[in-house]
Amino acid sequence: MSSNTFLGMPSLPVFGHGNLNATEAFPKAAHRELGNEQLRANLGHATHTIRDKRLKVVAELPDWEDMRNAGAAIKDATMANLPALLEQFEANFTARGGVIHWARDAQEANEIVTALIRETGETEVVKVKSMATQEIGLNEYLEEQGIAAYETDLAELIVQLDHDKPSHILVPAIHKNRSQVREIFLREMPVVDPNLTDEPAKLAEAARKHLRKKFLSAKVAVSGANFGLADTGTLTVVESEGNGRMCLTLPETLITVMGIEKLLPTWEDLEVFMQLLPRSSTGERMNPYTSLWTGVTPGDGPQNVHLVMLDNGRTAALADEMGRTALNCIRCSACMNVCPVYERTGGHAYGSTYPGPIGAILSPLLTGIKSEENNSLPYASSLCGACYDACPVKINIPEILVHLRGEDVDSKRAKVKVPTQMDLMMKGAEWAFAKGSHLSLLEKGLPLGTLAAGRDKVIKKLPGIAGGWTQSRDIPAPPTQSFRQWWAKEHKPGAAVVPGSTNSPEGEQA
Amino acid sequence: MSAREDIMNRIKSALRDAPATPVVPREYRRSSDMTAEQRLEQLVDRLVDYKANVFLTPAGDAPAKLAELLTGSTSIVVPHGLPESWLAALPSAGKDDGGTPAVHVDSPERRLTTAELDAVDAVVTAAAVAVSETGTIMLDGGGDQGRRIISLVPDRHICILNVDQIVEVLPEAIARLEASRPQTWISGPSATSDIELERVEGVHGPRTLDVIILT
Ligand code: SF4
Repeated sequence: MSSNTFLGMPSLPVFGHGNLNATEAFPKAAHRELGNEQLRANLGHATHTIRDKRLKVVAELPDWEDMRNAGAAIKDATMANLPALLEQFEANFTARGGVIHWARDAQEANEIVTALIRETGETEVVKVKSMATQEIGLNEYLEEQGIAAYETDLAELIVQLDHDKPSHILVPAIHKNRSQVREIFLREMPVVDPNLTDEPAKLAEAARKHLRKKFLSAKVAVSGANFGLADTGTLTVVESEGNGRMCLTLPETLITVMGIEKLLPTWEDLEVFMQLLPRSSTGERMNPYTSLWTGVTPGDGPQNVHLVMLDNGRTAALADEMGRTALNCIRCSACMNVCPVYERTGGHAYGSTYPGPIGAILSPLLTGIKSEENNSLPYASSLCGACYDACPVKINIPEILVHLRGEDVDSKRAKVKVPTQMDLMMKGAEWAFAKGSHLSLLEKGLPLGTLAAGRDKVIKKLPGIAGGWTQSRDIPAPPTQSFRQWWAKEHKPGAAVVPGSTNSPEGEQA
Repeated sequence: MSAREDIMNRIKSALRDAPATPVVPREYRRSSDMTAEQRLEQLVDRLVDYKANVFLTPAGDAPAKLAELLTGSTSIVVPHGLPESWLAALPSAGKDDGGTPAVHVDSPERRLTTAELDAVDAVVTAAAVAVSETGTIMLDGGGDQGRRIISLVPDRHICILNVDQIVEVLPEAIARLEASRPQTWISGPSATSDIELERVEGVHGPRTLDVIILT
């Protein structure tokens, strides 16, 4: 099926636009965000809480790894057969009364959605939280066109009312405290109880009242989709509050925007993803509500059902043989909850709609590594690998980060003949990690580092490009001996080996 | 060139290395060897965990249980295909006659308006299938479950389930469900954790979920 030979096609990738570009380089944005104590405290609490819940519910399943393997394979199979699956999905969705539109990029998608809304004569729409519409900047575009788009997810509502940006893909308003939410509601909601307290239950109640009339009278809704099933033409939205169900079933017209990568080949594949997603995402066995619809159901729900299929750089990402698995992402946010860099900088530092480890690879893949400030994103990682372990579809984020760093170095080398400092650092790292003996050689220099650190055992400032890193943090001085040196000393021939350990740390292949 | 053609060409060009299609390993559990009692126990445990109210009732006592739960309600809505016998103990006995509670029947011939639904206290439906491992009840728009809107707008949802509708794992439910039907999967009542991660039950969907399991 995948052996399509196709001639005379554009060979250059076409990149995406919209809220994908950082407006400043990650190190600069991160430095500013690091000063935000509240953000860091809230994020730390949130990521740790969700992380623990996730571990608990994942441990409940004896077949979690089998499910991850299935999930990764299903997504790889989807990408390998994308043209045929898109055609199949289109035929099934259309056969049941749905209408499909195709959008090359953010601008085109925005124009299509606007035209569809105009056709209904409405100037107001309700919205279900969706990454795709955030990526294309739909709300801002609609506003320019004189159409008001109301976010209905509680967190999105808070962020929208405060004219702010989401900082996490799952809990977008996590950087706000309850007292701030109360202030925002008192200030921005047209009708609100002046005695509103900052209890979350009371705040949720205020949001319910605020949105209820909108839901019951809305004629048009805009949503994203979590999955599209090719063999049945079914769309899926996964949520908690019921705002999604309201938007998906009450209005007359439903417009969904979905990336072309969101397909799964078969209905039964849903059994894998609806187990992987909730447990990875909120750490729940299942999210409170999942809605599924296939085109139009006469007499039930919207009778005017549209779907905008979005490229916006996805084909460019697909063209990157090393990076294309980034498109397998199901936006669960597990990778950001385990990422030490994200935990400290928060989502805003990444600039794009997609923050955290997945954002660090997805954004530059969608926009091209040469785009504006996105070329610093692949460096926003310690390569610790926690994201790879957490990812339900086994996206090897560290590997893609290293690949993109290489792309970045190459793209700069093309411009400047002299190797940059970064080139040299990368070259150095390549050499060091290539062979155990090289690393040992470098470790011999360790006592020197201790010396540079001074009496308080902390390196305050590193020279050159690494200095950017030390601007916002101190680096503990390296130990006087390396682990390898310690191991070698402790494990002279004949010394006891740690029970259960089969491979020695000295066992790297030369 | 149309956007569709353009995008299709871009995809084909992106896949010019013809990546292999892996065989999907489906070693995960696709069926259960739990007994019916174990499934029931697990489902109850999970539903209670989600803060749903669960009642185990012998099938013959369903009408009495329902009448008891609805004491104090002034109006309810039911889908047209709900077994009439379940409503037998209600004063108004399944008729759209303004008894107490007034029972509104939503049918293809007479669809309640959103405003009418907003004014009722509760909705009573059946379900298509339930998954014990995840505590999920699935509605597929069948005659005894009704349109999606009726289980959404009223503030209380009473769902009546037969014990033989419970499976353990999701794949068993997927095999029973028909994809083309509009579906709502429900795992506990509406909830949000958007403010400081504190879970609050009840936002836009029904704030109370009662589940009567007929044993
Ligand atoms: S990359 Fe993996 S872990 Fe991160 S959001 Fe996507 S699916 Fe989840």
